Formats: sequence, structure tokens, C-alpha cells
Amino acid sequence: MKEHLILRVISKELIPFVMLFALYVQMHGDYGPGGGFQAGVVFAAAFVLYGLVFGLKTLRKVAPVAVVGALVALGLLIYAGTGVAGLLLGGTYLEYGPLAHDPVHGHHYGIMVIELGVGITVAAVMITIFQSFAGRGEPEQD
Amino acid sequence: MIAANLPALQVVIPLIGAPLCMLLGRGRIAWALSAAATWAGFAVAIALLVAVIEHGPISYTMGGWAPPWGIEYRVDYLSAFVLLIVSGIAAVVMPYAYHSVNSEIPESRQRLFYTAYLLTFAGLLGMAITGDAFNAFVFMEISSLSSYVLISLGRSRRALYAAFQYLVLGTIGATFFVIGVGLLYMVTGTLNMADMAERLAAQADSRVTLAAFGFLVVGLSLKLALFPLHLWLPNAYTYAPSMISALLAATGTKVMVYLLLRFMFTIYGGGLHLGVAPVYHVLMVLGLLAAVTGSLVAIFQDNIKRMLAYSSIAQLGYMALGISFASGTGITAATVHLFNHALMKGALFMVMGSVMLRCGGTTIAHLRGLGRRMPLTMAAFVIAGLSMIGVPGTVGFVSKWYLVQAALGSGFWPGVPVAVVVLAASLLAVIYIWRVVEAAYFADPDGGAGAIEEATWPMVAATWILAGGCVVFGLTTDLTVGVASRVATLLLTGAP
Repeated sequence: MKEHLILRVISKELIPFVMLFALYVQMHGDYGPGGGFQAGVVFAAAFVLYGLVFGLKTLRKVAPVAVVGALVALGLLIYAGTGVAGLLLGGTYLEYGPLAHDPVHGHHYGIMVIELGVGITVAAVMITIFQSFAGRGEPEQD
Repeated sequence: MIAANLPALQVVIPLIGAPLCMLLGRGRIAWALSAAATWAGFAVAIALLVAVIEHGPISYTMGGWAPPWGIEYRVDYLSAFVLLIVSGIAAVVMPYAYHSVNSEIPESRQRLFYTAYLLTFAGLLGMAITGDAFNAFVFMEISSLSSYVLISLGRSRRALYAAFQYLVLGTIGATFFVIGVGLLYMVTGTLNMADMAERLAAQADSRVTLAAFGFLVVGLSLKLALFPLHLWLPNAYTYAPSMISALLAATGTKVMVYLLLRFMFTIYGGGLHLGVAPVYHVLMVLGLLAAVTGSLVAIFQDNIKRMLAYSSIAQLGYMALGISFASGTGITAATVHLFNHALMKGALFMVMGSVMLRCGGTTIAHLRGLGRRMPLTMAAFVIAGLSMIGVPGTVGFVSKWYLVQAALGSGFWPGVPVAVVVLAASLLAVIYIWRVVEAAYFADPDGGAGAIEEATWPMVAATWILAGGCVVFGLTTDLTVGVASRVATLLLTGAP
């Protein structure tokens, strides 16, 4: 890809905006279309673009397999942990009301954190899928 | 607080255990975490069953959203019983797993192996506890997807093909199931099972509800490997890692039988007013065919794990048969057989896992002379095998007793011929169990195979817990038959 100067420059320029848009979709999920899943996919798209243009090796430097794998688990933990937090604060599992003094705020926080967990897991899974498909044919490493 | 949230904890503990295992599971920690989560799950299941027996059904609202809008977890006799079976078997399999998995799964993959195991466990429990039809589908996918992974990790490369076959057929089954749920949602406008049942009861017969019923029964039959939709099962059980064969053979298909019971009786109320009567005849014929062909094919298998897999198909036929009578005794027989079959098939597959560990294979040739070299393990096989045949004093007898009673209770036709076929199929079981016993006790070991010793003590102990259970629950049937007969009343009359 060394000779494709335009491709390299444009994608480098694009990537921050893709990520920013992903964060917008993530945060705006409470009020409009969007949410963790979509944000995660958009966020991962930035990494996929990077991997396509600059190669799998460079992508692995930016997003090491072990770290991405850990993020898959971390997102799920955030989600399930929020549920348990509601349970520990006296509600039922995944009840957001008890998370803050005002139940309305509790619902805001709860949904925000849950969606964050979803976003992290989805992004990490998408990156993992791309990495493992793109890495087919290499000697196996775990 | 813990008591009030038990239904949620039942699923949440393994569900949180899975990511923790993935993050922290270096070396032995993966096993220790999974064992801790499994045993905690077992404790919760016992507490739930006790609570249900004492205070009646439990309803739990997820996130504080009242049913039918929110997701409801509902624990009645049937779900508590299935939860007990699943978590009990898993709790016994865990100590067994340690050495077995060490010898079969490369160390670098054990972390992901146990993570997938915990997800399967959470999915199986979730299906049994949820009171929401779509939620059941979600848990079905969680458990199926992770069990495809587990099966593909078997030692032989054929495990990959077996897992792929299971993936294709399992996905078709799940698709049929979700189409059925979708059609029901279209007719009733609700996903909550109890609410659905209420609204369906008011429905006159409509084609959509009939179609939904068809999709549900076919989808679940595919998932529970009812003859002739069983083709995925023999390979999957044969090539999966030993621990997974034992776990899935004892619990995986049972949960699908649970869902079938749940949909046929709780939601459709037996469905007779909707005109689904032919389904019972179909189930009866297929159940009988499964019992006979499954046992016949089992006789000719060289690999004992495959033989046991075909025997599972026959046993699932008995369960379908029990359901097909749609009578109190019939459902008691099917439900009690869920428990009993889990005990004996779990024990038999565990024996094969031990043989795999010491001899490196599970064909009939590997078993020659093992009666002297692995006396404890093979004795467990004999006991569980006798139970499989249905010898009095074992759990197999209890199941067959109720099944034959149910058959005879349905009148001379088809009762008597059905009872005869059931007994004939049991005689076929004598043949395939005897082949193993003959090889183990009466054949000389192949010369120079080196010293084969008894399996490690946790494996022997775990195998014997299940084999002992075959005898204990064969003699005292208060718990199993007591709960199963209450399940039958619950399903047939709706009264707890």
C-alpha cells in the first residue's frame, strides 16, 4: 500500500472523525437513534479501515490481540456489573432506579453505563473478528 | 437480599464468571473460577427448589419492569427441577473436568474452553428459568453457540466437522423456534409465557397458532434430537471433549425437552382445543421409532461414545413417548426420565472419559480387559449400564415403570403394543451394554499395552457420585417422582 499516497492520507484523516462519530452515536443513544451496538460497530470500522490500509501487523501494534480480547470480557463485565450494582443497592437485577438518589438520574446513569459496556464489547468483538479472518493462513498462535 | 434475588443470581453467577474467567483465567484459576461458579449455581438451584416446594412458584421481574412488559423469570416445579438437574450434573462434572480437560485440551486454550463452558451453563440455566418466550430463544443461542465451540475443541479433527454439522442443524432448529415465537407474538401481542397462555386460551383455532405450534415442535425436536432429526447428535457427542460429552449428553437435550413441555402444555394448554391432536400421534410414533432404531444402531457401534450417543437418541424417544400420552403418568414418566437419564448417561460418558484418559481411545478394542485394570471405573459403567437397561433398584427401572404404566393407562390400543415395544427396546439395551461388559471383564487385555491404571481419584469419585445416584434415586423416589408428579399436575391443570 506504500504507493497509494492518497488512500493513506485520506484514511488517516478520516479515522479520527469516524471515532468521534462513534462516540457521538454512543452518547446520543439515550435521546435519539444510536446506542452501544451501533457505536461499537462504527468505532471498530475505524480500526478495520486502518488495518486494511496499513496492514494487519500495524493494526496488531495499535490493537494487540490480548488487549482486544480482554476488552471483550470487560464490556460484558461492565454490563453485568451494573446489573449487580442495582441488585446490591436494593433493587432487582438490572434495575437502574436505585443507582442514584433520583430514580430518573439512576435510569440515565444505568443506561449510559450499560451502553458503554455494549459498545466496548461490540467494538472489541468486531476487531477480533477482522483480525482473525485477516490473519488466516498465518501459523496459529494463541 | 440474596433470597429475594435468587432467580437472577442463578443465571448471573455463571454469566459474570465467564468474562472473569476470560480476564483472569491463567492456569488453574480458570478451572477454579468455573468450579466456584458452578457450585454456587448448584446451591442456588437447591435453594430455589426448596423455596418452590415450600412457598409455591416464584416470579422475578428483571430490572423492576412488571410482566408482561418486562422480562419475567418464573420458577415453578418444572423449572426448579430442570435447574437442579442441569446445575447438579455440572457440579459433579467440574471436579471430573480438571484432569480430563488437562489431558485433552492444550493449556493455551483452557481459558477460552472454560469461558465457553460457563456461557453454555448460563444459557442452559437461562432457558429453564425464564418466563419470556423470546428470552428463552436468546439463552438458547448463548448455550448453542458456546457449545459448538466446546465440541469443536475435541481432540480429533473430526470434531470440527461434527461441530459444523451441529451448527448448521442447530441453527435451523433455533430458526424454526424463533419463527414459532414470532408467529405467537403476532397472534397474542405478548412474549410473556403466562400472558401468552391466557390469550391463546381465548383464541378459537386459527391457522397461525397451528403454524406456530408446528414450527415450535419441529424446531425443538431438532434441538432435542428426536428421531429422525437426530443426525447432528452422534458425531457431536462422539468427538467432543469427554467432559463436554458428559455434560451435554446429561443436560443439553434435557433443557430442550423442558422447552417442549413448556410450550406444549403451559402455553398451548395441551393445545387440544386448537386442534393439535395429531402432534401427539406423531410424537408417539417417532418416540417408538427412536427407541427401537436408536438401540438397534447402538448395538453395531465400534466406538463406545458413539454407541452411548445412539442410546441417548433412544432415551429421548422414551421422553417423547411419555409426552405423547398427554396424561398425568405420561408426563411424570417423561419428567422423571429427564433426571434419571441425566444421572446414568452422565455416569456412562464419564467412564468413557476416564477410559479416554488412560487408554487414549474409546473403541471396543480399548476396553479389552479393563475390568481388571480400572475396576472402580468399569464397575460404575456396569451399574449405570444396568440402569440403562432398566433393572429394578436403579433409576432406569423407575422411568420405565412409569412409562409402561402410562402406556397401559391409555387403553388397550395403543397402550399394550407400545408397552411391548418399550420392553423390547430395553432388551436391545441389554445387548449393547453387554458388549462393553464382555470386552471389559471377559476378554484378555491386548498384550504389551503397558500398565493401565485406575483414573485419577476426582474422576473416579465424580463418576461414582452419578453411578451411586442411579441406585439411590432408584430406591428412594420421593424427590424425583414426587416433584415429577407435581409437574404433571401443574402442566395438565395449570394448578401449582
